[in-house]
Amino acid sequence: MSVVVVGAGPAGIRAVERLVAAGLRPVWIEEAPDAGGRVFQKPPPGFARSASVLYGADHARASALHAAHAALREHTDWRPGTMVWNIRPGPALLDVQGPDGGHESLGYERLILCTGAMDRVVPIPGWTQPGVTALGAAQIALKTQGLALGSRVALCGTGPLLLLLAWQLTKAGAPPALVLESADWPGMLRPGLAWNIPAALRGLGWMAGLRRAGVVVRRGAVPLSVAPGCEALVWRDRRGREQRTAVDAVALGWGLKPETQLADLAGARFAFDALQRLWLPARDPAGRCSVPGVYLAGDGASIGGSVVAELAGARAALALLEDAGLRPDPLESITLDRALAREARFRRALESAFPYPHALAAGMDDATLLCRCEAITAGEMRRSAAPELNRGKALTRVGMGRCQGRLCGPPAAEVLAAAMGCDIAEIGRLRGQMPVKPVVLR
Amino acid sequence: MRADVIVLGGGGAGCSAALHLARRGAAVVLLERGLVGSQASGVNHGGVRQQGRHPAEIPLAIRSRALWSRMEALCGSNAEFDPCGHLKLARSEGEEADLLRWNEMAAGHGLKTIMLGRNAIRGKHPYFSEKVVAGSLLAEDGSANPRLLAPALARAAREAGAILLEQHEVTAIQAGFRVEAAGRVFEAPILLNCAGFWGGKIAEIFGEPVPVYPLNPNMLVTEPLPFFCPHNLGVVGGDVYIRQIARGNVILGGGRGESDPAIPMSRPLPEPAFAAMARAAEIIPHLADSMIIRSWTGIDGGMPDALPVLGHSSTTPGLIHAFGFSGHGFMLGPAVGEILSELVLDGRSDVPLEAFDIGRFAGHTELEADVWKTRLE
Repeated sequence: MSVVVVGAGPAGIRAVERLVAAGLRPVWIEEAPDAGGRVFQKPPPGFARSASVLYGADHARASALHAAHAALREHTDWRPGTMVWNIRPGPALLDVQGPDGGHESLGYERLILCTGAMDRVVPIPGWTQPGVTALGAAQIALKTQGLALGSRVALCGTGPLLLLLAWQLTKAGAPPALVLESADWPGMLRPGLAWNIPAALRGLGWMAGLRRAGVVVRRGAVPLSVAPGCEALVWRDRRGREQRTAVDAVALGWGLKPETQLADLAGARFAFDALQRLWLPARDPAGRCSVPGVYLAGDGASIGGSVVAELAGARAALALLEDAGLRPDPLESITLDRALAREARFRRALESAFPYPHALAAGMDDATLLCRCEAITAGEMRRSAAPELNRGKALTRVGMGRCQGRLCGPPAAEVLAAAMGCDIAEIGRLRGQMPVKPVVLR
Repeated sequence: MRADVIVLGGGGAGCSAALHLARRGAAVVLLERGLVGSQASGVNHGGVRQQGRHPAEIPLAIRSRALWSRMEALCGSNAEFDPCGHLKLARSEGEEADLLRWNEMAAGHGLKTIMLGRNAIRGKHPYFSEKVVAGSLLAEDGSANPRLLAPALARAAREAGAILLEQHEVTAIQAGFRVEAAGRVFEAPILLNCAGFWGGKIAEIFGEPVPVYPLNPNMLVTEPLPFFCPHNLGVVGGDVYIRQIARGNVILGGGRGESDPAIPMSRPLPEPAFAAMARAAEIIPHLADSMIIRSWTGIDGGMPDALPVLGHSSTTPGLIHAFGFSGHGFMLGPAVGEILSELVLDGRSDVPLEAFDIGRFAGHTELEADVWKTRLE
């Protein structure tokens, strides 16, 4: 049986672990040069900071995952630096480009997609200038190379990543100049957060640490624009007053967004997730999508964080083994199902506590660049009066550029849905098409 | 609902027919299964060319080219039409002879081409490789944005009083005509079959099946590149076609994607994409390392002789066909709609349509030779 696992982050590593334990030798594809995923990305060779410095309280899990990968790779057909840019569900083929630029089509009988996530942004005037980046990207710069972006950095967004990055920068000796959290009390207080007391306590710990360090954290606050030259951030406080803070770098990010393009090309049916306000591939609790033999796990299927990704990766592999008649230990599946259900309750509370600020996206100025690749404004999307997002793309070119709508798709949906006065679910989602990322075809 | 004319299919031809009929006072209902311009007329290369057409198609192309100049006045959008010239390239002495032969024939229709020999083409277009031995420029040809044409024509048709109903899949058709779509009944004495590939199904219902097949152009777009190419480019034989838009992206096509017209779904395929890139790089070497950022395809109706079915039904009075445009419908659609309106309201058109008669397949098993190399590989 030919099994392919795409992705070697927490989900992919735990999936491969179960497959190898069952005696399989999967093809294991990772786009990055090494395993760990974005969350536990390793520094480049020669950087010698320890795991505890790099990954903080998660260092034990990070080290365990890296060790698991190191032990597993020789039992797999390990292909780092390899990008899957198309899936053909009919003949069951993956089109991949290897690290040397060469192309290959790989067959699969069963496929586990652990494609991870990317930052979810709301475009604001000035967001395409040098000095402005995404929260997740800022965190990777810090984690892998010890970069702080600037000496007066503003962080804007919502949820755990915002506070964590603020705390990590502070610990690294580069406390941010300003932290804007779009969520506010009392909405942030959700009883469901008690489903994961340690995580909730950790968040409170970051808040306390930031307060001790004198970092300015404003809740119920959103950025309005980045001044020319990235010299200042104009923002709105919880009382609606406009403020201006001198900065030299800005990082924006309101949670994460699953990278679902490959699931789309694989033929997975999508369903609207009202809490995340995104169309996501439908799957059962074990990770089976609507296409037999294709499994989804980790943040690439639905945002859950790295702990959930480890559980979901393992569970998807067990589902694969069950479906292939290889009879994995049913107790382990039951244990994982319970843990995943508990985490899902916590996740729902987290999504409610730190929602994507869709009104900010829907209300952006007509002149704001919505699609940075093609330089299309929000006003152009509104004027298209398209009944559906793909038609909006066809009429305006939003989402036609290098990112293929991965970045601008969700805010474009918010802008168009609000302009058309329809529900966000009804406006649809941008259809995936090969190549999911730019590729040289030679 | 009663009307004078029912149009089946909201591509360029159907929307143009609805527009021209409504402008002349006819009560028109157009039924479209999805959104207007979703298939062939919305997903093609965007070529607006007379060059290289089969002699039978040239009068139609000339008529449509004139309409493209008036597109803004006609429907409020020029669909980004740019008369940038169409340059058709020869990659061998034989292909050069093909160009000369076509140019001589087309001159009889009043089409003026400029032949560029080996030295001239090297001097004017240094980005071509040695593979290119000659080129023929038809300066008034050009290109436009396929995504914009049908929606613009549809908007104008609605403003002119036509009723265009999207998300109205036809579920039953009876002579007379009585059409059911989305649970509603529409009646009219005239029926226009502008249903692209699916036009074959409608012809079959009326007892005149034709060998139409789903044609899926495999299209690619590069990242924006420094501007180098002013013309819409083709080659003799048509196995690759290339144009660069003002943003710098190069749009190229060649080969076929895959589709299932029953769903309908279509998707581009990697193998023809590699082949098209290789052919493009063979004539423009610096394209070889460009990033492909996007691809698409859709479903057109292809005919074995690459000529459309256009004209009255041979079995059913009041039924007029306009489908199977074999990759040429985007350019021709606006004029086809106008001609359909003339056939309906005047009973005739100045453009000769004999070669497009639906009866041409009855009894014939072999096609004439592809003398003008207009057929698709």
